[in-house]
Amino acid sequence: MSEALKNGPRMLPYVSAITEAVRQVLEEQDNAFVAGEDVGQAGSVFGYYQGLLAEFGDRRIVDTPISEKGIIGLGVGAAATGCRPIIDIMFMDFLGECMDEVANQMAKMRFMFGGGATLPITVLTMAGAGMNLAAQHSQSWEAFLAHLPGVKVLMPSNAYDAKGMIIAAARDDNPVFVVLNKMSLAMQAEVPEEMYEVPIGRASIVREGSGFSIFAMGRMVHEALAAAKTLEGLGIDCEVVDVRSIQPFDSETAVASIKKTHRALIVHEAVRFGGFGGEIVAQLQEEAFDYLDAPIARVGAPFSPVPYSPALEKLYIPNAERIVAEVKKVLGI
Amino acid sequence: MVRIRRFEEEAGKLMEDGKIPGALHLYVGQEAVAAGVMAHLSNKDQITSTHRGHGHVIAKGGQFSPMFAELYGKVTGYCKGKGGSMHISNMALGILGANGIVGGGPPIAMGAAFSNKFRKTKQVAVTFFGDGASNEGSFHEAANMAALYKLPCVFVCENNGFGEYTRQTNHQAVTDVADRAAGYGMPGVVVDGMDVMAVYEAAEEAIKRARAGEGPTLLECKTYRYFDHVGIRGMGLTYRTDEEVDAWKKRDAIASFEKLLTKQGILTAKKIENVYTRANEEIKEGVAFAEASPFPTEADLLEDVYFVGAAS
Ligand SMILES: Cc1ncc(C[n+]2csc(CCOP(=O)(O)OP(=O)(O)O)c2C)c(N)n1
Repeated sequence: MSEALKNGPRMLPYVSAITEAVRQVLEEQDNAFVAGEDVGQAGSVFGYYQGLLAEFGDRRIVDTPISEKGIIGLGVGAAATGCRPIIDIMFMDFLGECMDEVANQMAKMRFMFGGGATLPITVLTMAGAGMNLAAQHSQSWEAFLAHLPGVKVLMPSNAYDAKGMIIAAARDDNPVFVVLNKMSLAMQAEVPEEMYEVPIGRASIVREGSGFSIFAMGRMVHEALAAAKTLEGLGIDCEVVDVRSIQPFDSETAVASIKKTHRALIVHEAVRFGGFGGEIVAQLQEEAFDYLDAPIARVGAPFSPVPYSPALEKLYIPNAERIVAEVKKVLGI
Repeated sequence: MVRIRRFEEEAGKLMEDGKIPGALHLYVGQEAVAAGVMAHLSNKDQITSTHRGHGHVIAKGGQFSPMFAELYGKVTGYCKGKGGSMHISNMALGILGANGIVGGGPPIAMGAAFSNKFRKTKQVAVTFFGDGASNEGSFHEAANMAALYKLPCVFVCENNGFGEYTRQTNHQAVTDVADRAAGYGMPGVVVDGMDVMAVYEAAEEAIKRARAGEGPTLLECKTYRYFDHVGIRGMGLTYRTDEEVDAWKKRDAIASFEKLLTKQGILTAKKIENVYTRANEEIKEGVAFAEASPFPTEADLLEDVYFVGAAS
């Protein structure tokens, strides 16, 4: 009998799934290393590198100064010359410090060099609101990144995907951002012990349904599932699609879903205006216009920075309630 | 210094009791720096602060009631509850904000100093930042430009020995951040940040120099934070020993200043007690104000994103 059958499924929190993925990548790839602020001795402020310094030593778990431009540059230069860096940008908001290194160097180097350079970089970074960390520690900037030809962008909503996406990213020969979520760190899922990949560029249908499609990103997948449950009580059978891979985007799965349900809503935590949801809407109307029975709805954050006050942050972050309300509006009920 | 310490101790407790949400980076141990520098500034002079900003705000004239209200996320706070601890600010007091971005302050202070020179005022802009922040490109660009344009700007590095949980020796190859001043053509001064009079004197010279149009100075204050990086006890990581913390506490800025002033006959035990009593009263009042204040409402969410109205 297999271990899994004997002991039941192996449950792991999101945070430990990250650790396990990074550990296995470091074991698999001799030229892989981790570099970032407080990744070594502290094991990251989110705890997901705990124990790795003791296991791999400071050659492969590199504590850096608070120098994001330098950290991304280190990754670009090292990747171009034979390493497979795993770069840690503690909070996604700090990408502001190194946007040139990301947007003008990392994303374009291969193209500008006529394919001459290969950049196998994985960037792990933490997004999301919900902890009253205010405007500079709570943002979701995946749309910025997705707009840059040359980088891939993944958003794991659960522990299983977190592990599989980090492994897929590390094995990919391109710069890949894995955008993690700080509110999900304790969230458990079944995670196999062995290495596996969650394929880049493939969405996942986390709930099948025939009456309405909800496309959700990152932590919003769980809000979408909660909304689907409420809507089920109202006789609306929702399909929930975890977009997972922002760039490349899996339009095939999205189109197949809409052909089945004819109605859709997109939800992300990022600001609604100019968010990735707009791109999904555009693709769906291009490819499945004839199948649409209603305008596609979008739920996202209001057009303001993330507020500090718990009273405001609660209103700011999209949730199941707002998804339900929006679906009902589309259906006119 | 006493007002800062008591405020921080109380704020830390309120955070641990779950009354204040989010992350508080407390200033306890470093009080001499804020007090010694700010003694030379008026409300018209500007400062930029850091994520560890309450001390700067208090020394620059911040009142406890709107400060506590801000930490509580109430609409009566200095930023209407929108900013919180890491963004606390007040333009009337010349506080261009705490900052959630390490190294966010120096370029802004440099810009304010540029404006002071441009507008031909005698204002000075002072930027506070940590040893960790001195590794951000933003500090270096601001330092170069401030020296180049001879701006009325003072760079105050509070070297507390750590950037988060990383010891200075693990994040930079220099021992004195002040050495970096030479690279930009400005004086670099090292001072004991646990000695408020030493800070006061060094800051006086730097600020005078800036006000006289002679350009910026980099003033490094060697100091220490007694509490953890975030909150009082933090995440429980071991990155320094209790002995090390105790050794710094023996050189506590408040205790030694009290001793000095007592010896000089300026302070008595009774007078010292009064200082604490007054600070404690201010805290009680401030917390009560914060607790009684209302939260912002949905209408506040979209306000202040843009200036609305006639251009000035
Ligand atoms: C651009 C940026 N990078 C990283 C962080 C995370 N962070 C917050 S405080 C801190 C340490 C700052 O050290 P230092 O400047 O020495 O100030 P101290 O905390 O010691 O007062 C770090 C790394 C941040 N807020 N902003």
